[in-house]
Amino acid sequence: MDMRRRLLFTAPLAVVALGGWGFYTILERMEQDKYDPHALPSPLIGHKPPAFNLPGFNTAPGFSNTDLAAPPQPMLVNWFASWCLPCAQEAPMMAQLAKTGLPIWGIAYQDQPDALTSYFAQYGNPYTKLALDASGLTAINWGVYGVPETYLIDKNGIVRWRWAGAITSDVMANGLQPLLAKYA
Amino acid sequence: MLLLLPGLALAQVPNPAQTVMRDGVTLTQAQEQRAEAIGDQLRCLVCQNESIEGSSATLAKQLRIIIRQHVAAGDGDKSIMDYMVHRYGIFVLLKPPFSRLTLLLYATPVLALILGFLVAWLTRRSKIPPPPPLDDAEQDRLERLLKS
Repeated sequence: MDMRRRLLFTAPLAVVALGGWGFYTILERMEQDKYDPHALPSPLIGHKPPAFNLPGFNTAPGFSNTDLAAPPQPMLVNWFASWCLPCAQEAPMMAQLAKTGLPIWGIAYQDQPDALTSYFAQYGNPYTKLALDASGLTAINWGVYGVPETYLIDKNGIVRWRWAGAITSDVMANGLQPLLAKYA
Repeated sequence: MLLLLPGLALAQVPNPAQTVMRDGVTLTQAQEQRAEAIGDQLRCLVCQNESIEGSSATLAKQLRIIIRQHVAAGDGDKSIMDYMVHRYGIFVLLKPPFSRLTLLLYATPVLALILGFLVAWLTRRSKIPPPPPLDDAEQDRLERLLKS
């Protein structure tokens, strides 16, 4: 009887304590910037990008998913647009990354060649290759929901990381650099 | 006047075969209703607290068009939902499925109920402490009162 009463009391208490611990962990991780409830994990991670074939900028050829199938070294695919403010914000970071020899392929999202020309004149062009997704339909297949978005693709052509929003020095140091070392 | 009302109600029932155009896609009334029901269950990823159906974001409009094209092609609700989840993950669903990730979310009402029961039980249990025993003077007074 005593045993049963004790179990009746401690079991629900343990359940509530467990729930409380769960909520506490979420809040603590949010405070430490380790968890963002608005960020959504990309279903592309661990997979190859979906089939696409996009035209290039001016006379240069664009690229397709097969060009991303087996890059000689890890690389980035950066979705951006000339009309996007955070893209201009991350432009110096992209230039810095390009200088280290990291290939960055750009896909201009719902953009015009004229606007892109003046954007590159102002912020520089860090892209090894450039493709234009004028309709934005390829972006939907990638699960892109805004610009900029940056994808890390390893030597097997598999997406390893996705960052939605501008790449800051903090994101580069804590997110990108360790993964570049891991998949080098 | 009252006799006219049933006729009026009949006139307002939409004809399911009648076509409507939204976001550039023409559907029958019934198909449009299905498309709206699907869009209502999907999160607009740009604004995050609105449905695709209720959002004015460009991406939401594109996704509305895609939903309508799939509906027009005769695709089932589940295949359209899967199309979205395949691209954006379960976050796109306004009503997330029950999984390890959403366990705490779905367990919250039960947790709150158990906590409520515990609190109620503990308050009932802590009874008012018994009054201190009577001292000699009070005991005498009590006896005198009882005798009189």
